[in-house]
Amino acid sequence: MGRFLLIASALLFLGVFLVLPLLAVFAQAFAKGFGAYAIAISEPMAWAAVKLTLLVAAIAVPLNLVFGVAAAWAIAKFDFRGKSTLITLIDLPFAVSPVIAGLIFILIFGNNGWFGGYLRAHHIRVVFAVPGIVLATIFVTFPFIARELIPIMQAQGKDAEETALSLGATGWQTFWRVTLPNIRLGLLYGVLLCNARAMGEFGAVSVVSGHIRGLTNTLPLHVEILYNEYNYTAAFAVASLLALLALLTLAGKNFLERRQPELRHAARVMRNRTQRRSR
Amino acid sequence: MVTVAPRRVLPGFGLTLGYTMVYLSLLVLIPLSAVFIRSFGSGWGHFWEVVSAPRVLASLRLSFGASLIAASINLCFGLIVAWVLIRYSFPFKRLIDAIVDLPFALPTAVAGIALTAVYAPNGWLGAWLKPLGITVAFTRLGIVVALTFIGLPFMVRTLQPVLDDLDKEVEQAAASLGASAAQTFLRVILPALWPAMLTGFALAFARAVGEYGSVIFIAGNMPMKSEIAPLLIVTKLEQYDYAGASAIALVMLVLSFLVMLGINALQSWASTRHGER
Repeated sequence: MGRFLLIASALLFLGVFLVLPLLAVFAQAFAKGFGAYAIAISEPMAWAAVKLTLLVAAIAVPLNLVFGVAAAWAIAKFDFRGKSTLITLIDLPFAVSPVIAGLIFILIFGNNGWFGGYLRAHHIRVVFAVPGIVLATIFVTFPFIARELIPIMQAQGKDAEETALSLGATGWQTFWRVTLPNIRLGLLYGVLLCNARAMGEFGAVSVVSGHIRGLTNTLPLHVEILYNEYNYTAAFAVASLLALLALLTLAGKNFLERRQPELRHAARVMRNRTQRRSR
Repeated sequence: MVTVAPRRVLPGFGLTLGYTMVYLSLLVLIPLSAVFIRSFGSGWGHFWEVVSAPRVLASLRLSFGASLIAASINLCFGLIVAWVLIRYSFPFKRLIDAIVDLPFALPTAVAGIALTAVYAPNGWLGAWLKPLGITVAFTRLGIVVALTFIGLPFMVRTLQPVLDDLDKEVEQAAASLGASAAQTFLRVILPALWPAMLTGFALAFARAVGEYGSVIFIAGNMPMKSEIAPLLIVTKLEQYDYAGASAIALVMLVLSFLVMLGINALQSWASTRHGER
């Protein structure tokens, strides 16, 4: 009896908080039929938003990927003082409000910011333009790949690499032929999560975007504009594209977790390890 | 700061650590320092004037209060969800387990308009709640709903591995010694889960305090009543009040830091206390 009560309340809670909102996105998107949906997502401004979203993710994700691999190599393969502080600092962007993530780049590159005068004199726009959106996105997605890779590479140790080196491989050969194949799934996992956040980020991007239609509007910002114009069908139609991305992300995440179960709790292991060290 | 160990076979330490430090400094540390520098750019007096304004205080109280309530709701229901997913089997369990991560993957703006659609007075649930005199959308209750949505996976994903490691034999021993189900839960299970629950609570709370996208659609955003602190930062920015926006941001950063510090202390106290038993 108790068991059924618990299962029922868990399902009710998840239904009310997660499943109904997800279904509502698609119900609202198709409320006026498939024709209205097709028009809403094929409109030029919607396409401009799709392109900008893809562009921003295509810059931010690879940069954070290179950083994640470098940070994980240094942290997982070597011992040095200040390591746990470094891990905490890498995690910092997760503890900062997205709005503050946008604010800091306005303080630096905005008209009254540190470099405001210089940028104005040289006609360079960072804030309220694409570079600002990219910077804010890099900030909010900063830890994703590093925090997946660090625990995986720590668990693997460095025996395989040392063997390769002793057999005469160069450093780069060792990395490409030994390390990379071992961290392949973890890398993919981090990229998947990083990409989902990069394409879906709203708060930070909203602060630095300036909301110029067709120019600095990413998909989530486009959803907001349509919604605030009471164009609900179009807003939910565009939102359904993002919901679809979220579902694909979850499916991919689940697939990778099934192939390598450690992935699921990698971040937790890392946090516990840091706490133990700092004590 | 960095001390080099005597013998190092693997190459690339200097390169990767150097790149990590430069990238971290340029994109995170130096930009964040701007908040500190700009907050006090107009002096302590101005900082204090901004921060003690009634509208700012109301928004901070709301952000931290609503986050506390939402994290508490997740403490209770997150435990139930994690428990059910680890201990029982039922149809579609895998799918349900996967859907718990939805708030991680769904863009916050989409979550915001979706929750509003469900809880608005003419929405699927809003229409049911209306005759009962409960309005969720465009009130503070709506803020709590959005923050609960955002925080749920933090609690469930923190508790699941700990529940999985929990030894069932201890519970059976307690039961065979005559403990009731409630006694077993309170005296045996809860003490073991306590540290993980605090961690989940802290993560859900920290995320909720800074949350913006999912809240602004459902909140109503009335100054003094349903205006969260991150929204007030945006408002100040739109008025080109950089110092004011930075001051609120600084207070949020410091307050969240203090809360996390407190929870960390509580957590280590809870785990040592449990360890001694």
